[in-house]
Amino acid sequence: MSPEPTSSTVTGAPVPVVDVHDVTVAYHRRPVLWDIDVQVPAGKLVAIVGPNGAGKSTLLKAVLGLVPLASGQVTVLGGSLRSVRRRVGYVPQREAVDWDFPITVSEVVQMGRYGKLGWIRRPGAADREIARECLAKVGMEAMSERQISQLSGGQQQRVFLARALAQEAELYLMDEPFAGVDAATERVIVEVLRGLRDAGRTVVAVHHDLQTVPEYFDHVIMLNLRLVAAGPVGTTFTGANLQSTYGGRLTLLDQAAEAIRKGTVADH
Amino acid sequence: MDQLIRLLTLQDANTRTVLLGTTILGGASGVVGVFAVLRKRSLVADAVAHASLPGVCLAYMVVGDRSFAAFMLGALVMGLIAGGFIAFVRAATRTKEDAAIGLAVGGFFGLGIALSRIIQSTPGGTKAGLDGFIFGKAASMVSTDAALIGVVAAVVLLGCVLLFKEFRVVCFDREFASGQGWPTLLIDMLLMMLVCVCTVAGLPAVGVVLMVSLIVIPAAAARFWTERLTPMVLLAGVIGGTCGLLGTALSATLPAPQSGLSRGWPTGPVITLVGTAVFVVSLLAAPERGVVAAWVRRSRLRRRIARQNLLRAVYEHLERGGDFARAWTPAALEPGAVRGLPAARRAGLVRASGAQLVLTTEGRAAAARVVRAHRLWELFLITGASLATDRVDRDADEIEHHLSPELLAQLEARLAAEGRLPAGVPRSPHEQTAGPAGAGVVDS
Repeated sequence: MSPEPTSSTVTGAPVPVVDVHDVTVAYHRRPVLWDIDVQVPAGKLVAIVGPNGAGKSTLLKAVLGLVPLASGQVTVLGGSLRSVRRRVGYVPQREAVDWDFPITVSEVVQMGRYGKLGWIRRPGAADREIARECLAKVGMEAMSERQISQLSGGQQQRVFLARALAQEAELYLMDEPFAGVDAATERVIVEVLRGLRDAGRTVVAVHHDLQTVPEYFDHVIMLNLRLVAAGPVGTTFTGANLQSTYGGRLTLLDQAAEAIRKGTVADH
Repeated sequence: MDQLIRLLTLQDANTRTVLLGTTILGGASGVVGVFAVLRKRSLVADAVAHASLPGVCLAYMVVGDRSFAAFMLGALVMGLIAGGFIAFVRAATRTKEDAAIGLAVGGFFGLGIALSRIIQSTPGGTKAGLDGFIFGKAASMVSTDAALIGVVAAVVLLGCVLLFKEFRVVCFDREFASGQGWPTLLIDMLLMMLVCVCTVAGLPAVGVVLMVSLIVIPAAAARFWTERLTPMVLLAGVIGGTCGLLGTALSATLPAPQSGLSRGWPTGPVITLVGTAVFVVSLLAAPERGVVAAWVRRSRLRRRIARQNLLRAVYEHLERGGDFARAWTPAALEPGAVRGLPAARRAGLVRASGAQLVLTTEGRAAAARVVRAHRLWELFLITGASLATDRVDRDADEIEHHLSPELLAQLEARLAAEGRLPAGVPRSPHEQTAGPAGAGVVDS
């Protein structure tokens, strides 16, 4: 597959920020990603969509080097992951951590600075200031001294986002940042994502809500064990591709049921 | 008693060293235990402790004498083997971690008991003092042993201080730490190594069976008192040190029963009992997380809900007549609402008026507030959450008691923005079930 002819912010030839080449991942011999070959263009907001168990989170983890590859290779920011790790920010799923952990909001956000600090050194005044600014960007400054168990789901997600911002990365990988958040948080996240794009950063996010894909994202990777399609939302996010991604399971009726469940009204 | 005072005033040099050693050990165990517990690895410490018994036995068999340093080395090696065994079983097979830990605890301890029987059946074997390693016997330590324990504990403390940030991020969010480039496996291993070293150092004082309690109890108790890691670590250190000090001192001075314990109390159980007492006090008395505080909060909430339900029932009863100063009888209300009556009278919201009751001025204001919040919430539910009107009353009932003033203000702002914020107390959007019209479903 040749790189997408995008209006990349990178000068010269459009170098993909992430180049996933022939990647297969298996857990206990069962493949969860099969021969994935996909590029992520620079400076775009990219959604990964697909049904449950399609390997969306695994693709993120493969890019981050958190799961062993059965075959293939991943190039990130033009190099091996090991050399560029400090330039990649990560937002794991909210459920991945124990929210009763004895830690405050600002301490969680300061963790974003740990990578740049290296061994033994503690976050200093400058790091605390960056953490405070990142909390302000997600509208959580007032809660910085709260214990994290006191946060609502949306607030937890904002804290995770602020922690990723504190990493000051070039590429952000987010695992379902919109899952289970309130409307206000959703607006904040969208605003932050657009801010990152305007600053030339790239965001790859696993996304569940098909309705909002065209509104929130520029680019889409459609996944179901294999890569179904990848490209700009306008040309790639089509009914035919959705059909092949979700198989027979996504009928019009399902879409309607989904819309009703979310309390949104389809406006087309 | 005299003996305890003599002990605690440190008149004897050897006692002084032993007490100091167990205190530092308790502190170090408490500190490193916080990370082990938060990493959900505290049972690995148990397996490591049990596995050190065969290590001690093998060391005795090799050296042929009671050498404290050799014992520690043997215990450390076997402890690390046990830790490695658990990690391997978890990673390489589908056996789950708890089962792997169970295997290690039983298998290594069984081996240790078997080896210690063999040693005790050899000439001079009973002098090895292996019994002391099972339940702990601090008194049998000499001052150089205690000094060694102190040094080990100090190293563990230093490790926890230096790697505080690394341990914190791996304990809280291992995936994020990996994504950030931290070698999480190495950090995990360093943490387990410190736990292992600490456990092994504690064997002579606490013994293999109960050493895990000195790792777990201080952390579990400290968690009740704080919501932050640094205070938790400090507190666990203090609790652990106190347990080590008091437990050792008590076990040496408590009068032993005539038979059975002719050689005095073993230290391990006494230290564990002291720790358990601290834990129980924490569990009961901690201001936020303690069970007493939680019970008080719950009953306070229950009383508030009962009071609000009463006020709303009275308000809705009087609303039909339009005169809220009118007297009423509890019999006119639904039976469930009457439960809040005593509390409402104590709070001065309701007073007697002859044989009947009447809302006071404050009571009328409070009732209007409660009903207003309830109905605003109903209004919001009907449109915002697209519920059928007949379900609204119940849902509003469940949530309204938890509406904070900020949430209520948000709700008002929202309804005002839609031009639907009523002045004063709005009319009920559904029919009153107790009303003369009965419970009919109303189409909106």
